[in-house]
Amino acid sequence: MTDLLLFKNIDEPDLHTLEVYERRGGYRSLRKALGMPREDVLAELDASAIRGRGGAGFAMGKKASFLPKGAMDKYLVCNADESEPGTFKDRELMQKSPHMLIEGMIIAAYVIGATRAFIYIRGEYDFQASRLEAAVEEAREAGYLGEGILGSDHDLTLWVHRGAGAYICGEETALLDSLEGKRGNPRLKPPFPANQGLYQGPTLINNVETLATVPAIVEMGGAEYAKIGSPGSTGTKLVSVSGNVTNPGNFEIELGIPSRELIYDLAGGPPDGREVKFWFPGGSSSPVLTKDDLDLAYDFDTMAKAGSMLGSGAIIVVDDSNSVVDVALKTAKFYRHESCGKCTPCREGTNWTVKMLQRIKSGEATPMDLDIMASVQDRIIGNCLCVLGDAMAMPIGSMIAKFREEFEAYIEEARARNDALTTDEAPPEALIQGAAA
Amino acid sequence: MAIDPTRVPRFGHGSRVPGWDDAADLTKDPSGVPDPATTPVPESLRARIEAHMAKYPDRRSAAIPALYEVQNDYGWCTPEGVEQAACVMRLTPGYLIAVATFYDMLFTHPVGTHQVWVCTNISCSLCGADELYERFREEVGDDPAFNLRSFECLGACDIAPMASIDGAYVGPIALDEVPTAVEQIRTGQEVLPDKQLSRRKSVDPKASEQ
Repeated sequence: MTDLLLFKNIDEPDLHTLEVYERRGGYRSLRKALGMPREDVLAELDASAIRGRGGAGFAMGKKASFLPKGAMDKYLVCNADESEPGTFKDRELMQKSPHMLIEGMIIAAYVIGATRAFIYIRGEYDFQASRLEAAVEEAREAGYLGEGILGSDHDLTLWVHRGAGAYICGEETALLDSLEGKRGNPRLKPPFPANQGLYQGPTLINNVETLATVPAIVEMGGAEYAKIGSPGSTGTKLVSVSGNVTNPGNFEIELGIPSRELIYDLAGGPPDGREVKFWFPGGSSSPVLTKDDLDLAYDFDTMAKAGSMLGSGAIIVVDDSNSVVDVALKTAKFYRHESCGKCTPCREGTNWTVKMLQRIKSGEATPMDLDIMASVQDRIIGNCLCVLGDAMAMPIGSMIAKFREEFEAYIEEARARNDALTTDEAPPEALIQGAAA
Repeated sequence: MAIDPTRVPRFGHGSRVPGWDDAADLTKDPSGVPDPATTPVPESLRARIEAHMAKYPDRRSAAIPALYEVQNDYGWCTPEGVEQAACVMRLTPGYLIAVATFYDMLFTHPVGTHQVWVCTNISCSLCGADELYERFREEVGDDPAFNLRSFECLGACDIAPMASIDGAYVGPIALDEVPTAVEQIRTGQEVLPDKQLSRRKSVDPKASEQ
């Protein structure tokens, strides 16, 4: 296993200050990058084959190369709106090593020729945003930001922009709308942000972890970085493991290690006497995998082949003491709350899925409802401007497919419980259909 | 998201009372950009909003920061406060209200001063967050100084079950720690100091070896 790249010295006291960060070799990569032509730095990023850490897994070098060349207002935006349930890796990185992100952003802005950059951080991360703001101020005073950075011809202004609590603003076009001061509604694509993004200018949007890796790539060289991990999933990745595990937290791993090692050895596995029932491999938006999939390698391609996705690298473990119906209802309620309401399939689909799951719980459902629910999921996928609806449809669809028997048993049990109530005594108020709607 | 469902008046059988979505008094003229001559804006609020506007190529980008400033000064996005922000930003109050109603952290109704948000999303509820929320409800009661709410994933599943208390992340909170926590909030102390996220070390074995 290779050395840590992102979590190197992460618990060193005051690593968030410029002084300690520089003592640990900080901003060396920036000097190196500014001494190279832009194309060469881009070639290094391309050679590293690093895939975006935000969820979609798109090659970062390729994305940066899509931006048009020439003199025009270009923007760099860091997506720090980490709201995917189960994900908390960027939080730790921004809190403990904000300068790593800032250095990565200055290099990325240099590569694409952007003169304005923004960090869009979710409003709930108050402490982390304050740390970032202080770090940006330090960097500005030290001459890493502003005009003519370190004597080069590269100018950059960087601001931290706080969001205000909306999952949808993690979607790149909704983030841009929100950053422009509007409601966070996704835009129609194309045009993609690389051509028309923030203020209609070419914009590069990357996740915190992706940008924070840039200094390491520049330092060691793209080809060297590409040797870490497995082909197609290069590098190290921060993985957030949570749910029913005894040692939840962030772990920096080399992509391609067995999932079992991650869940059992690093995160401690489920509590004594329990075993894994199912797990989300990449945040709540990824289709669930069961205990039979624990030996799969944890990387982009293997997860995709197993019918799921690596997503943001957030594993949520559910042990066998939990009912799949409860988890499905929690998941669906989250997406119902966070749907922006712009596209009908997502707005209505999330709402009806929640209602049908509540019917299952209250004993008013029939097995036929499962088929209706599954068909609702099918009709959401691919029919909206963004993937929020898909992000509910995929896990719910996979839960119904993999745990159909449990759903059916639950429906029968709840109905029997209901029947017993109605024959013996008057039903409680909450069970009268419509009263709770 | 836009309309708080608990504030919509309903009949006993569940349907909404007519008129629940009446937008405004239709006999009045629509409100335009407030006139600076008739809209007094406190100097410090104006200065802070103008500082935000200067950061962006388009002044509208300062909408969320400006609403935060209003909320900071008045406790919530009051009609007067929003009008003042609109006056500084040269926008209509309606534009800012439309933005404010979209986001969970901007309040368009009066709320308590202590923000206690208990995460009840998947990871936290697997670790007992729903019970924690109920326990907080019992302990806080109907104290108007508290804005207690269940929140979607706050991004701290490693300290589940957790809560964001006046902006600081605290967890994992055991059920029997709730009375202490509520008392500490009431008296303005730091809540459960040894459970503050800001002091938590990394659990990655290789990171802690260093």
